[in-house]
This record gives sequence, structure tokens and C-alpha cells, in this order.
Amino acid sequence: MVTASLELSGPEASRRYIEAAHPSGRPTHPSLLDPTHQLDALFGVVNIPNVIWIDEQGVIVRPPEPGWPGGRQELPKEMLAEMPDLGRAPGAPAEPVDGPGMWAVLGSGQDRLSYPDAIRDWVNNGADSPFVMSPREVIAASQPRDAAMSQGAAHFELANHLWRAGNRDGAIEHFNECHRLQPDNWTYRRQAWSLVGNDRVGGDYGRFVQGPVVGEEEDWPFESDFRSEVSSRAVGSYYPSTL
Amino acid sequence: MLTDTLELTAEQFAAGTGWGIKPQGACKAEVCVPLDGSAADFNVRAVAERLGMAIVTDATTAMSAIGPESLGERALATAQAPELVLEDLDGNEFRLSSLRGQKVVIVSWAPY
Repeated sequence: MVTASLELSGPEASRRYIEAAHPSGRPTHPSLLDPTHQLDALFGVVNIPNVIWIDEQGVIVRPPEPGWPGGRQELPKEMLAEMPDLGRAPGAPAEPVDGPGMWAVLGSGQDRLSYPDAIRDWVNNGADSPFVMSPREVIAASQPRDAAMSQGAAHFELANHLWRAGNRDGAIEHFNECHRLQPDNWTYRRQAWSLVGNDRVGGDYGRFVQGPVVGEEEDWPFESDFRSEVSSRAVGSYYPSTL
Repeated sequence: MLTDTLELTAEQFAAGTGWGIKPQGACKAEVCVPLDGSAADFNVRAVAERLGMAIVTDATTAMSAIGPESLGERALATAQAPELVLEDLDGNEFRLSSLRGQKVVIVSWAPY
């Protein structure tokens, strides 16, 4: 197993989670940092967690898809306690009346409990596993990508570069263009929202603030926000079922 | 691929995008896209257009980004895994190709 953290603001943001993966503080698997979101551009990762299977010959046998080591976990109580009340971005979609709500959408789609069993089946049975796809199937099941999406990825790369250089206004312009061109890429969107949320709120869980604090909606520099976007989506669409 | 110039050589383009320029065209794994002209005539704008790669230049800094290929309307042009070079917390470089011969599961995550 190889893990990669899609976070542009430097290794410290990922450190405590990587170190928590092993009692010694040093995981035994390659625990990597992907500050420029290479996994998005190279493989078509569009959300977290996304999992990719690659066989002994270096051939992808399942393209990026939602996957977990087990069932849904509760968020830490201290995290929920520290989260400020969040409003909605002025341009965000309204939450549908009688809609499923954010938590129902987040908990739907891919079967979390079955996912590790699928991996075990592949480990044990190799190419005979029913979960292995042919190269043609892998390509067809990878994310859509057209010229506009390539342009969105280029804007993300510029935004990433400018943010790290301290040019935040310039970065936000490119983030917004990226989001317009790749509206279904959640890592591109959440990365940007998280950077600004963390700037505004800080603390241990500031990166999970991905929308405007109540009362500061007009200062939110993005068209949308996490809660509004997810709660406007259909059940099963945020983590699509692919097994 | 981020660059401060679009006067790129074929070698620089290959290093940044994974698409090598060969006699049969621009190639990645088993996929080759025919090009007009030879490697010596390499022109990044023409090749990028042929591969469906957007080029976006930031007006203030003049930095440019070349987006990934968009061939066949899918993110993957081939099932052959591309090379992935990333660092760990200690700055050690890791290459995905170093795990050839083993099954690999890559898990993307983020602290947000």
C-alpha cells in the first residue's frame, strides 16, 4: 500500500495523520506527500479517499474509485466542538427542500465494508479476481476528461504555485477558474476551500472549515462551499458505487 | 507541468508530461499520437494541441501551466501506470516504478 496526501501547504499539515498510522510514528508503507495533486492529473483522482489498484506488471487494474479500510467512522468529538457555525457562499446552490442532507449524501454510494474484501480477493486470486478490469475497461472507467478539464488542471497548477509563493489573490483567481472548468473534481475544490478556511479559523481543525463562517459570507472568495455543494447532490453521487 | 518558458525542448516536455517525442509521434506507454514534423522541429504549442493539453499563462507572473492530455475523453489514455515521483515527510524520493513486481494499492487522502 502507498498513501499520498493531496495537500499543497507543506508536510506539517499531513504529519500528525501520517505518524498516527503506526504506533512507532513511522508507518511501514510509503506515506507520501502530493502537494501538486499529481494523482489528479496523472490518474484522474477527483476525491478523497480514492484508491487505485496496480498489478505486478505496472498495469492499472482498477482506476481511481472511492475506497475505505472498513465502515464509516465517527468524527472526533473535539473536532465537532471546535467547528464554527458555517454559512453559505453567496453563489452556492440552495439546499433542496426535503433533500437528503449533507451527511446522507456523504454516507451513500460505494460500500465501505465490502471494499477491503475486494482488495483481499485480488491479492489472493490475482488476474482471476472478478474485480480485475481489462485495460480497455480501466480506461473507460477512468474519469471523463476533455479539453476544458485539461485547462482546469492547468489553472489548478498555477493556483497551487501562486498560493505557495504567497500570492493569494492570484491563486484564488486561478482556483475559481479551475472550479468552473472541473466542477466535479472535489480535491481541487476542497483544497482551495480548506486553505482559506484554515487561514480564517486556524487551530487543529481549521482545514476542515470549507465554507464561510456565519457573518462572513460576503468575504468568502469562492462561488460555493462544501456543505452547499454536497447537500445539493444526489444520494450516491459523491462517492459513486463502482464495485 | 509548470514552466516559466514555452521555449521547451522535447526532452523537457517529456520530463514534465510523461509524453516522449519519438519518430512515430508523441508516445506514452503503448499509445503514440502522430505529429507533424520531427523531434528536431519540436513546438510545444503544436504538440500540446495535438494531445489536447491546455496551456494557461498567468498574466502577472508569466508562469505557464500545461494541463494533462485529454485524448479519448478519459483521464487515462493507457492502463499502463505512469511514473509517479513523490517525497515522504523526510524528503525521501519515492518512485512508483520501484514497486514493480508487487501488487500496489495507492490511497489518496488529505488533511481536510
